[in-house]
Amino acid sequence: MTQSTATFVNVGERTNVTGSAVFRKLIVEGDYAKALAIALQQVENGAQIIDINMDEGLLDSKQAMVTFLNMIAGEPDIARVPIMIDSSKWDVIEAGLQCVQGKAIVNSISMKEGETIFLEQARKCLSYGAAVVVMAFDEQGQAETADDKFRICQRAYELLTQEVGFPPEDIIFDPNIFAVATGIEEHNDYGVAFIEGTRRIRENLPGCHVSGGVSNVSFSFRGNEPVRRAMHSVFLYHAIKAGMDMGIVNAGQLDIYDEIEPTLRELVEDVILNRREDATERLLEAAEGYRDQKGEVKKVDQEWRKLPVRERLKHALVKGITEFIIEDTEEAHLASERPLHVIEGPLMDGMNVVGDLFGEGKMFLPQVVKSARVMKQAVAYLFPYMEKEREELGLTQQSNGKIVMATVKGDVHDIGKNIVGVVLQCNGYDVIDLGVMVPCDKILKTAEEHNADIIGLSGLITPSLDEMVFVAQEMERLGINKPLLIGGATTSPAHTAVKIHPEITVTPVVHVGDASRAVGVVSRLLSAEQRPAFEVEIAAGHEKIRETRARAKQSKARLTIERARANSFDADQGGYTPYRPAQLGVTVIDDVTLGDLRPYIDWTPFFMSWEIKGVYPQILEDPKRGEAARTLFKDAQDMLDRMVAENWLKPRGVVGLWPAKREGDDVVVFADESRQSEAGRFFGLRQQNEKTNDRPHYCNSDFVSATQDDWVGGFAVTAGADEEAIAQRFKFANDDYSEILFKSLADRFAEAFAEYLHERVRKTIWGYAQDEALSNEDLIKESYKGIRPAPGYPSQPDHTEKGTLFALLNATDNTGISLTESWAMMPASSVSGLYFAHPDSAYFAVGRITRDQVEDYAARKGWDIARAEKELSPILDYDPRKLAQAAE
Amino acid sequence: MTRQDRLAALNALATQRILVLDGAMGTQIQGLKLDEDGYRGTRFADWPVSVKGNNDMLNLTQPEAIKAIHKAYFEAGSHIVETNTFSATTIAQADYKMEELADEIAREGARLAREAADEVEGASGIVRAVAGAIGPTNKTLSISPNVNDPGYRDVTFEDVRKTYIAQVRAMAPYVDFFLIETIFDTLNAKAAIKAILDFRVEAPEYADIPVLISGTITDASGRTLSGQTTEAFWNSVRHARPWAVGLNCALGAKELRQYVAEMSRVADTRIIAYPNAGLPNAFGEYDETPAETAAFIRDWAKGKLLNVVGGCCGTTPNHIRAIAECVEGVDPRAIPARPQAMRLAGLEPFELA
Repeated sequence: MTQSTATFVNVGERTNVTGSAVFRKLIVEGDYAKALAIALQQVENGAQIIDINMDEGLLDSKQAMVTFLNMIAGEPDIARVPIMIDSSKWDVIEAGLQCVQGKAIVNSISMKEGETIFLEQARKCLSYGAAVVVMAFDEQGQAETADDKFRICQRAYELLTQEVGFPPEDIIFDPNIFAVATGIEEHNDYGVAFIEGTRRIRENLPGCHVSGGVSNVSFSFRGNEPVRRAMHSVFLYHAIKAGMDMGIVNAGQLDIYDEIEPTLRELVEDVILNRREDATERLLEAAEGYRDQKGEVKKVDQEWRKLPVRERLKHALVKGITEFIIEDTEEAHLASERPLHVIEGPLMDGMNVVGDLFGEGKMFLPQVVKSARVMKQAVAYLFPYMEKEREELGLTQQSNGKIVMATVKGDVHDIGKNIVGVVLQCNGYDVIDLGVMVPCDKILKTAEEHNADIIGLSGLITPSLDEMVFVAQEMERLGINKPLLIGGATTSPAHTAVKIHPEITVTPVVHVGDASRAVGVVSRLLSAEQRPAFEVEIAAGHEKIRETRARAKQSKARLTIERARANSFDADQGGYTPYRPAQLGVTVIDDVTLGDLRPYIDWTPFFMSWEIKGVYPQILEDPKRGEAARTLFKDAQDMLDRMVAENWLKPRGVVGLWPAKREGDDVVVFADESRQSEAGRFFGLRQQNEKTNDRPHYCNSDFVSATQDDWVGGFAVTAGADEEAIAQRFKFANDDYSEILFKSLADRFAEAFAEYLHERVRKTIWGYAQDEALSNEDLIKESYKGIRPAPGYPSQPDHTEKGTLFALLNATDNTGISLTESWAMMPASSVSGLYFAHPDSAYFAVGRITRDQVEDYAARKGWDIARAEKELSPILDYDPRKLAQAAE
Repeated sequence: MTRQDRLAALNALATQRILVLDGAMGTQIQGLKLDEDGYRGTRFADWPVSVKGNNDMLNLTQPEAIKAIHKAYFEAGSHIVETNTFSATTIAQADYKMEELADEIAREGARLAREAADEVEGASGIVRAVAGAIGPTNKTLSISPNVNDPGYRDVTFEDVRKTYIAQVRAMAPYVDFFLIETIFDTLNAKAAIKAILDFRVEAPEYADIPVLISGTITDASGRTLSGQTTEAFWNSVRHARPWAVGLNCALGAKELRQYVAEMSRVADTRIIAYPNAGLPNAFGEYDETPAETAAFIRDWAKGKLLNVVGGCCGTTPNHIRAIAECVEGVDPRAIPARPQAMRLAGLEPFELA
């Protein structure tokens, strides 16, 4: 089953008279036009829901709610997001519900006045079609302890779902965030109580959500913004982990958890988690020191601070320094006539330098992504001013062009896509990134709605190739003329030319192999002068690929499957004696930390993912790319230090070793040593290419004996379930660099885990190589005995085999990894595969196969031919459609 | 048959085939070529304002003609016909100063359709059902009628809810479904949903009457007049737990297909759709022939988009006959299950799993 990625919804709180003095003043004075501008600004700054509260003694709250909501209904840019109607008075809420056409959230109801009123209000929410926030509040008062929070929420949940028939997914609990570090001892545990209460609510009350007003927690540090920001970040970090998935947070009042100064973070963490008795005093004592902490920056290399502001901005952009960007941007803003001039002037000048250096190969991706982070923060600062100006002057927004990007349905990999997105943004393009697992119609709809110029698709696993073809077909059917960009690890110019291009005539399709090409391709596609010539060039290129391939195919003869089988590898030759595993059956691996895995990391692919090609460690000394590689490596090491020290991720894995026997091209897995009942079957595909040497035609089943008692293994590992949640935190803070860095490290950890576990299997769990002593380098070179091929990769390209593997391993329960509809593993940083111990087992590529093997394979799998051709489409040696036409 | 019997029969039938709704009422009434006196009849001979064009009042002055139209649709193959009550509300009848008569028009409209259904059902032995049509009224709750005062509304949610509950109350004894249709402002539809849910508490004996909901995508923007996308619209009305949801009016089958496909993707209930007979020509007439409409509908049906299908403006009994034939033997869409998630909406959908 597919499963949505973990998310945290940030509810905009600026349109709340109790929370925002500015908004209150505007509403009390009846200046609704300016109040609307605040709502708009929130939505444009990324609020996914806006909270509206008019509870103010001086106001007719009901009238104010109705007026404001009616006005919002006339502003499509605000009304596009759902509304949270927030009031402590039911009549204000009901009046609000009568003004929103969408599905809103009521904030809030509770059992404060007993069950009868609670149920009546809940029924009304249901009849107006609203979701509801339920406070942890009953006749006795607000819940303070974790026990009380859970008890009250559980009672409310049962009443709502059983008595009212309220859908559990529309219930959001607010288990009360109270201020900590107030000096009153009883308050010290409030943070822990919320986090623990949240954990129990999410674990025991299926379907519901948890929300809270985060700024409450730091109430006692009013006026000391650095400390408050740190408290919010630390609190959210732990609460989100426990299951909080919605919150009222001012995004500007958040720091990046990992960038909080370590001493402060430690002090704050002590307070939030109530880790020591003197935590409050210690934080109070230290707090004054952080109030104005700007002076104490490192004195190194600060000469550039003396340059004129224009130069300082350029320096910050090229060097990727965020430290002073807000104050420098502010200074430049004050000095210029319009905020746009700051962007078009010094900031774009700086980015142009970055773009030139990148184009000349003097700067590298990680540096560019860092520059983009600086740019984003500067633009985020200027944005409200530009909005204001735009409104006053009635201007429309301008950009070089708009690109909608998405990782296609069924696929969860997005590192490459994120990099391309950042590079395009650096070059003045608007990028709408729809994230991962995005269905076709959503991509096309978004592109239409936002009037995008270009659509970019990304994917890593082979089923994504078919999905991309489908998107192209849909664009053709609907006549969407927006050039289509194709990228991602399994995509290729050949696939684009042969499979995608013939499906689409309404618009050009281009394969973009790496981020450095993206800007060139996009700018040519968007230039009226250059596009016609470029289209011709693309079409000619594709035609050439198709011709070459057709010729290559003719020249490469295939054997029939019968003949290939006759030349299979014989496991029993050379006196092979299978080794009986020490530990049969399924073993869950949950004793591994990131620290254990760190030495197993293979760095070369890490640099590849950042488009720095070369072998580690030599790459660090490379005359051209060495500097970029060293900086990236240092940033990676710094983040690794924190990941390891703070256990950001909890790796989980599972191993299974089973009695097995080869049966033709398949491996039969037995339930136990009696070898009577079949627990599962791994189907294999065999090479059919004509060979000029005397090597066998391999199939994975060849590595298992057909005559002796033999065994086979399987595994699944993940770097950890929190991957997406942590990446989100960086995203909030406009920090693409850290987000991508983190994801690429998580990927490395998953691979390292696979390497580590394979060694453990060889030495102890299976135990056939107890005396093995290899260095990390040897491991990377795979100098050991035995292999761990993965379904979906060259030696068994059928992804559906993962289903069998996962069932035998009970992998989803044992590791938390689930499979999407396209057989991608979630979280993205996961690896799975089979184990073969045969000393001569080897990795190979099945290559293209002919129709006779497809028919045979379909019959063994119990599929019809069409299904087999679909699942195996990347390796077919023929075009099923042409075959079908010829038959007619 | 009782209502319970009919609903059970329709539930079963809907798993086996695509059900057929009727076509346009207005187009058939135009064919009667009634003049002002024809509308007035004897009862309203002295009515103080012009009433020509008040199609719903014909339930009182030309009952046999209305009943004959219903029968013509049943005989063309409709399983369900809509009552002639699109504007039988106090708000909509105000144009003709007939607010006081709104309930009676609604009741008579429902009764006429019931009689027609019972007669054909008795003769053919095949289940024939009646959907009480609830139109959008001529006021809108989400859009200000005064461009200079966007916060202003000339009607309140409570006004609209009250007018709907009266209409629902009047039709309930005769109908098998309530059909909230041609929704261009979702907030009006939400008032109708609330009215029906409130009515179920008031009159439990009618609590089993299911709801059908049909929105209107007004143009190529792919949105309702009040600005919602198809999925946002569905998220906003799903609490009615409708027997079927879908789209009607404004567009022809060709243009409507993509939005019906979108609704089919997102809605975990049956899909109902009844497009116009193409887009109107320069004279406001619909030229699409029954065969042309049926060809589009057949493509929808084969694409597994449909559970209930009929026609809106410009369609005639001949169109319905062609539609009924073209969906014969094509399997209905299977109702999909969707993963559990909180699905909210503004003008656009929002989802939190």
